[in-house]
Amino acid sequence: MTVAAPFSQFQLSLDELAVGSRGRIAAVEWHLLDEGEVCRLKHFGFDEGVTVEPLHLGPFGRDPLAVRVGRMTVAIRRNHARAIRVAPSF
Amino acid sequence: MNPAPLIAVVGNPNAGKSALFNALTGARQKVGNYPGVTVERKSGRTVLPDGRPVELVDLPGAYGLDPSSPDEAVTRNVLLGTFAGERRPDALLVVVDASNLDNHLRFALQLIGLGLPTVVALNMIDMARRDGLDLSAERLSSLLGVPVIETIAVRRKGTDELRGALEQVLAQPTRSTALAQDPQLLQREARRISEAATVSETPVRRWTHRLDRVLLHPVAGPLILGLVMFTMFQAVFAWSEAPIGWIESGMAALGEAIAASLPEGLFRSLIVDGLIGGVGAVVVFLPQILILFFFILLLEGTGYMVRAAFLMDRLMSRAGLSGRAFIPLLSSFACAVPGIMATRTIDNEKDRLTTILVAPLMTCSARLPVYTLIIAAFIPDRTLGPGIGLQGLVMFGLYIAGIGGALIAALLLRKTVARGGKSFFMMELPKYQMPALKDVAIGLWQRALIFLKRAGGIILVTTVVLWALASFPQAKPGEQQSEVSLAGRIASGIEVLVKPIGFNHDIALALIPAMAAREVAVSAIATVYAIDQSDEEQMAQSLEERLAGNWPLPTALAFLAWFVFAPQCISTIAITRRETNGWKWPAFMVGYLFALAYAAAGITYWTAVALGL
Repeated sequence: MTVAAPFSQFQLSLDELAVGSRGRIAAVEWHLLDEGEVCRLKHFGFDEGVTVEPLHLGPFGRDPLAVRVGRMTVAIRRNHARAIRVAPSF
Repeated sequence: MNPAPLIAVVGNPNAGKSALFNALTGARQKVGNYPGVTVERKSGRTVLPDGRPVELVDLPGAYGLDPSSPDEAVTRNVLLGTFAGERRPDALLVVVDASNLDNHLRFALQLIGLGLPTVVALNMIDMARRDGLDLSAERLSSLLGVPVIETIAVRRKGTDELRGALEQVLAQPTRSTALAQDPQLLQREARRISEAATVSETPVRRWTHRLDRVLLHPVAGPLILGLVMFTMFQAVFAWSEAPIGWIESGMAALGEAIAASLPEGLFRSLIVDGLIGGVGAVVVFLPQILILFFFILLLEGTGYMVRAAFLMDRLMSRAGLSGRAFIPLLSSFACAVPGIMATRTIDNEKDRLTTILVAPLMTCSARLPVYTLIIAAFIPDRTLGPGIGLQGLVMFGLYIAGIGGALIAALLLRKTVARGGKSFFMMELPKYQMPALKDVAIGLWQRALIFLKRAGGIILVTTVVLWALASFPQAKPGEQQSEVSLAGRIASGIEVLVKPIGFNHDIALALIPAMAAREVAVSAIATVYAIDQSDEEQMAQSLEERLAGNWPLPTALAFLAWFVFAPQCISTIAITRRETNGWKWPAFMVGYLFALAYAAAGITYWTAVALGL
């Protein structure tokens, strides 16, 4: 597994990233997700090094999240976003 | 003669695949299910410039050849030629969204790697330009090694060029098969090609983003959703009233005309009461189905449907469902049939099954006549406070009982028979766009045909069977037809079963024809009480009075509770059979709903008796 050491101390999980701020995916903890979820997230383009930006939060319990990844906007639940580690860009 | 070449239209969800398919084939499409699965198969024909007909099949949208849903598995198996009952396509028409190339090209590369003759449709090129993106189809074509045609499917642009390109690639010998590659490598390759094919990019404020800031706003978003739903419901009831009236009076006029020209007897009764009644029972659902689907297709086509699912996902997840279940369940308040048909958009199989199984618990419009009659007859018209009447409160309670029952049932089902396949909510939020009215019309036409063909047959047969049960054996003079008929004897059997929950023989008798549709219970009860039917208003009034005189209050309350849960609607059962591809789940649904109905009616009756009502 790749560990993005230089960023590690600034790392957040994607659900902690503020709406409207951007981050680069440092690592995805694929083992926390089941096969279908892994497959779908990869298809959405979630991958190390990709820039992501939370755009909207669901109205109830701030769940799910609408996240921009590449040119796409995708909706994922908070518990899945937790498996994605991001290094915020300032 | 060789069959016409088969061309598979394939691409990511939201690439505009179906619109392109419609643009190429027109309205003459064959819609069915793939054998053994509930994945829709659509095929149609088009003619190449040389006059040769080709068959097009619209494969379910997929993100890749490694499937994460039943739809994607069908797509993969058809493309690899391993799907029993479907021949391997002779060529591929790969549809990509021009404004989302870096993602869609990954799947396109995988598809090109299959080695079949391939044409790429660079679709929604207008939206890409609107987003400030200038792409070169020529460059993309040389990078991919296959023809690339710019298209705007919703405006029917680029279809002639596509047909020309398909003719060309079909004439060429098949390319050698490249090996399938690692998805991450493919993704990087896709990004590289996408960048190379981009001539320039001007950053612009995107429309979709601005709209989403309002429509997904934590406060405004749910309010707007509520407004949209309210409008939809108003329309379903307001617009369907007149057409339903026309169908009913049309059927009645037809029945009278035929009755006048046939001698009285069994045959006439079969035609008028059995067949025409049966056809009427089927067609009368069409107005609500069409209006509801008009809205659903519009919401789907504009991209708002996914936003509605986004807004409601958290609440739905409490019941173990996904946000995708919200619109189908809400539609079921008008009628469970279109609601169940709308569950196709739920990609998790278990979520979808659960949604189908609980949809009949939503209080559909057919229950209203029953509720209205019983409430008017038994619940005193008292006010409990400003604007709060007891009758209205009981009606509200019945709705809540349905919703509560559905949520609890969904939770239990997700933990038992529909366990597993974690409720999964990962969706693309596509760009907003105006759907072509023609695509909406084609969608409506297809839904209507599905309902008439698949559900219509079952409904018709059941109506005729119910007619036969009520007509045989025939009563001798001095006997009551309702008592001596098979239905009457079955009712005596049912009576034994339903006596403990307070039902009398009249109710047992009304329950049999009410299997066709709940509202029939009202007319069945009216018939049992043999009331003069010349004046409808008077009939309704005196029926209420009769009921109030004949039924004890606990019986009436139990009857109401029964109808909250009882699956008394052949159309719902028939459409469930189609949507779940077999009799197993409709049988389960009927079983569990009758059990619930029995328990609810029983508890209501015993409680009411114990309270001395």
